[in-house]
Amino acid sequence: MKPAPFDYYAPTTVEQALAHLTEHGDEAKVLAGGQSLVPMMNFRLVQPSVLVDLNSIPDLAFIQPDETGGLRIGALTRHYQLEVDPLVAARMPLLHEAVPKIGYPQIRRRGTLGGSLSHADPSAELVAVSVALNGRFRLRSPRGERWIPAQDFFIGLFTTVLEPDELLVEVALPPLPARTGGSILEVARRRHDFALVGVAAVVSLDGKGLCRQARMVFLSAGDRPMEAHRAAEVLAGQAPTPEAFQAAAEIAASDDIHPSSDIHATAEFRRHLAKVLARRALDRACRRAAEKE
Amino acid sequence: MTKTLIGQRVLRNEDPRLLTGQAQFVDDVEIPGLLHAAFLRSDHAHARLLGMDVSAARQRPGVVAVFTAEEMGDDWQPGPPLVSPPPTAKDVLFYSRRQVPLVKDKVRHAGEAMAVVIAESRYIAEDAVEDIVVDLEPLEAVVDLEKALQPGSHLVHDDLESNLAAHLFQKKGDYEAARRQADLVLRRRIVIDRGAAAAMENRGIVAQWDEKSQHLTVWDTTQAPIPIRNGLAARLGLSENQVRVIAPFIGGGFGPKMMMFYPEEMLIPWVAKKLKRPIKWIEDRRENFYATTQERGQIHDVEIALSRDGHILGLKDVFLHDTGAYDPYGLTIPLNTQCHAMGPYDIKNYSTEVSVVFTNKTLVTPVRGAGRPQGIFVIERLLDAAAKELGIDPVEIRKRNLIPADAFPYEHGIIDQAFSPLILDSGNYWPVMQKALDMIGYEKFVREEQPRLRKEGRYVGIGITPFIESTGVGPYEGARVTVEASGKIHVATGVGTQGQGHFTTFAQVVAEQLGVAVGDVRIVSGDTAEFHWGTGTFASRGAVVAGNAIHAAASIVRRKVLELASKQLQTPQEELELEGGMARVADIPDKSISLGELASLANPLRGAVEPGTEPGLEATSYFGPRYGATAFGAHAMILEIDPETMMIEIKRYVTVEDCGTVLNPLILEGQIHGGVSLGIGNAYYEKLHFDENGQLLNASFADYLIPSATEMPRIEVGHMETRSPLNELGTKGVGEAGTIPVPALFSQAVENALADRELEILESPLSPNRLYELWSGKEAR
Amino acid sequence: MRKLFDLDLKVNGTRHEQAVEPRTLLSDFLRHDLGLTGTHVGCEHGVCGACTVLLDGEPVRSCLLFAVQAHGHSVITVEGLGAIDQLHPVQEAFRQAHGVQCGFCTPGILTTVVAFLAGNPDPSEEEIREALSGNLCRCTGYQHIVDAVQLAAQNMKTAHEQPAR
Repeated sequence: MKPAPFDYYAPTTVEQALAHLTEHGDEAKVLAGGQSLVPMMNFRLVQPSVLVDLNSIPDLAFIQPDETGGLRIGALTRHYQLEVDPLVAARMPLLHEAVPKIGYPQIRRRGTLGGSLSHADPSAELVAVSVALNGRFRLRSPRGERWIPAQDFFIGLFTTVLEPDELLVEVALPPLPARTGGSILEVARRRHDFALVGVAAVVSLDGKGLCRQARMVFLSAGDRPMEAHRAAEVLAGQAPTPEAFQAAAEIAASDDIHPSSDIHATAEFRRHLAKVLARRALDRACRRAAEKE
Repeated sequence: MTKTLIGQRVLRNEDPRLLTGQAQFVDDVEIPGLLHAAFLRSDHAHARLLGMDVSAARQRPGVVAVFTAEEMGDDWQPGPPLVSPPPTAKDVLFYSRRQVPLVKDKVRHAGEAMAVVIAESRYIAEDAVEDIVVDLEPLEAVVDLEKALQPGSHLVHDDLESNLAAHLFQKKGDYEAARRQADLVLRRRIVIDRGAAAAMENRGIVAQWDEKSQHLTVWDTTQAPIPIRNGLAARLGLSENQVRVIAPFIGGGFGPKMMMFYPEEMLIPWVAKKLKRPIKWIEDRRENFYATTQERGQIHDVEIALSRDGHILGLKDVFLHDTGAYDPYGLTIPLNTQCHAMGPYDIKNYSTEVSVVFTNKTLVTPVRGAGRPQGIFVIERLLDAAAKELGIDPVEIRKRNLIPADAFPYEHGIIDQAFSPLILDSGNYWPVMQKALDMIGYEKFVREEQPRLRKEGRYVGIGITPFIESTGVGPYEGARVTVEASGKIHVATGVGTQGQGHFTTFAQVVAEQLGVAVGDVRIVSGDTAEFHWGTGTFASRGAVVAGNAIHAAASIVRRKVLELASKQLQTPQEELELEGGMARVADIPDKSISLGELASLANPLRGAVEPGTEPGLEATSYFGPRYGATAFGAHAMILEIDPETMMIEIKRYVTVEDCGTVLNPLILEGQIHGGVSLGIGNAYYEKLHFDENGQLLNASFADYLIPSATEMPRIEVGHMETRSPLNELGTKGVGEAGTIPVPALFSQAVENALADRELEILESPLSPNRLYELWSGKEAR
Repeated sequence: MRKLFDLDLKVNGTRHEQAVEPRTLLSDFLRHDLGLTGTHVGCEHGVCGACTVLLDGEPVRSCLLFAVQAHGHSVITVEGLGAIDQLHPVQEAFRQAHGVQCGFCTPGILTTVVAFLAGNPDPSEEEIREALSGNLCRCTGYQHIVDAVQLAAQNMKTAHEQPAR
């Protein structure tokens, strides 16, 4: 399975990359990790006539603390770097927990944060986690820059708000509030397959130990990361009991997600799994929240 | 006296080459002027080919030729029938329809080859494939086995009256009479879905026609180089000596590479001869899912008749077997199913009827197990159902029905895949099962651990499944053993090798006879220029049949060595021993002579030889078993299931194998481990999903799920040895043993884990989704 | 005909300069342009792992990289790990533990394991299986491969050797 021919550019600055994208528009595709794009090219499912390779732009890979206690991560940061970075483990444990679930070890050496988010696969862990962690994405085009909240970035199946001549260059993750814990759980056929369904949960407790905020974002449960708004409403202000989690999980599974059926699972089974995982993730996130100051 | 080499954990001769990337696989073959092939394959499963325009493809720079069925003219012909229906069975109905090199009027499965492009690179060839314009009239696809046989169904082959490809009825005793005597009659419908062999290396062919020497050389990922040579010679109007087929190192066979005269195998050599340029075709993974054969699809309507104490009085099986679009491989798989549906049990009344059905899907030929897993699945599921009904312990019901040790050879009275009467040559079934039970701690688990875990709310189950495996079938294999002047031994045999360690096990057999180091025995296999009599590696027969031929040849060479050494050393043969590459007198070590020297002496450049002497120290022998030896074993497993997610974790996996004499335990273990991993795939991960249009929905490794290292448990392997009386080495095959009982075992253990829900599993493979449906009582099938 | 790219890279310590089509996969470049056929191609969609090589020491799918992306970088293939008469300790361990059957998946596993042990010289069985999860094998059921990795880790610890060039 060999790809169709293309012209290749390896810019060394973002400006150069944008210039290529402006020139070639829809004919061009951006190459970051390539772990999703190149298989599609090998299958000839996509046949871009121009490939703009971002891998020679060093400024795009970084993991930096920001003064508020959060993290600023460059779009070309490899999954593997996120996996081993001590700042990520310390400041964003949910992200640290999510990364090893992505594909296989070799995939994580090349795959990038920006690539995964731009590809907008609703089964991607980073997509759901970036929403669950209230991420903000910095987009750059010849017209300038804009910041988009994660939940507004994903607008459909493999579709984001990115213009053809626009690049995601950075992700900002705000610091976790006090007494906040997270958990990401998935069910996959084999350990490293795409999740049949998964959930990233972030729970913040108040001074009395009640749920101040419970956020759940599902993967493989719709055409984009599915945030469980109804479930969040139900849990707000509630005591973190098994009954409360069960009730929230049921609402999330019935009202907040729109899973589809495929050869690996029916929509009904996905809803069932979502309910189970939501309950378990809430429980785990809550315990972790309670352990924090 | 040296320790025997048979049964030693000898490290493999072939490993250094493989480990350093120096072993030659088919895509590693490079020839100056090599051209590359790519195929245009049909997207539709069933369609009439109305026309094709290849002109744009021909004009693309870098394209050398494009061929369609039309251009082949009279050279276009379907492949030869590979396995005829059994001449020894009565009332066999068989309609032979074989695969074609390129589609002529009708496409019969998705992925069928319609045209071939020859270009300077595979990249350009694939570009040119997209230039071809095809006019296809889609037809309704025949996919469902039962619907395929209903009157009014579309026909896969229009010249036949229906989609029935074959029908065979066999019986033993009188089932109806047995049924009348029964205290319990159970009826079940069992459905088994297709899986793929999915070897890591896809298929490939390199063909080179040398116009000056009028000689064709073909490198082919085939398990059967000799029949390919003979068939190609016939098809191309050449003498067999003008054709050399080489099976290089092959990255896994597992059965489909035994299928012969795939369209590409017919076409690529023809193109090479026509263009007088060497041609290479390497299958890619997507093609592999369409164009390489698959297996397992069957639907069984079975009935078992038992007495109150659990004795099987009779078994009746009426089943459908999916053969795909063509049936070149005859009735091999359904015959295996028929023979294995009685398992290791003493069943005196048996009626089995198979209808083989054409469908618009990829061809079906043996995949590791080859119809045996389906047979074992049927009988084991029935026994578990009977055990529950009769309130008999599942181990006990099996024990009561096992063929006793003194009943061998046991004649079943039906025909097997080799067209011989099914005879189980030797066996000792209960001890093997007992050993598996002991290894897994069955008693203790059922009595203590399981109840304790249940109280904790954990769903942990156990299973035990005995089975038989027919192996080592004929017709025959051959080998030539030669002592070279260097003292090293050269062995040639016809069977190919795909990773099962022939370079080492065969060397052990020779080294044993000749007293040389295993590393000094060089095996050449799968090269028709070296050896051109034999069939191939299939049906777990390599070690048995080729191994015994090698043993026989080596024994003759041993005799020649001793005779000559005796003359040279002027010592009676009985006082000589062969050790360390020397022939020596037992108690006078410096009265010795090396094998190399003897070899030179045996091939003099001058002088006279006695009449009747053969030159050198060489022998060629053949071995053909009277019938196939039947290996047997038992597997046991403990698994845990999460009752909410239906995800399964295998906690322990135990196998006990009895394949007669073991040549190399290290290699044997490897075969078991690998077989079990395919079996676990068959049981829980691997299913080829065809939709109602005959489209394969999961033609990639992302969606066709083969177990990885994180899914596989550790497998504990136990051995027993019941020598086969059918050959001198006493050995039986073991290549498929790991795979055969797994789906049956899996189902049993899952039912056991979910015992409080009284689940009954009558299908394979399983999945968490499917278990969820069964568990919650929802029938989606 | 698309514009060719002047590729300049190091493979197994040797520098190579060649003009290539951008779409040439690294796996094909290594195998057919450089004749290093030890790296095998099993799927071309990044799942089976047979094509794994070390790019600047990191295990990557060579079927998902264009050769041009290796420009200015260093690649190690199985041929760069050891020779028939001088096996790398990992290769030797695979021989001892019968971690090879058909050998097709093996080169990708060897490069993966070499990189893995460099970062984790004393792994548990679970960690080993995790590290191997991106390498499919149809012959071995993985058990002897896991044994081989354990043996390699043990031997290399004892010998205090540097695992990779």
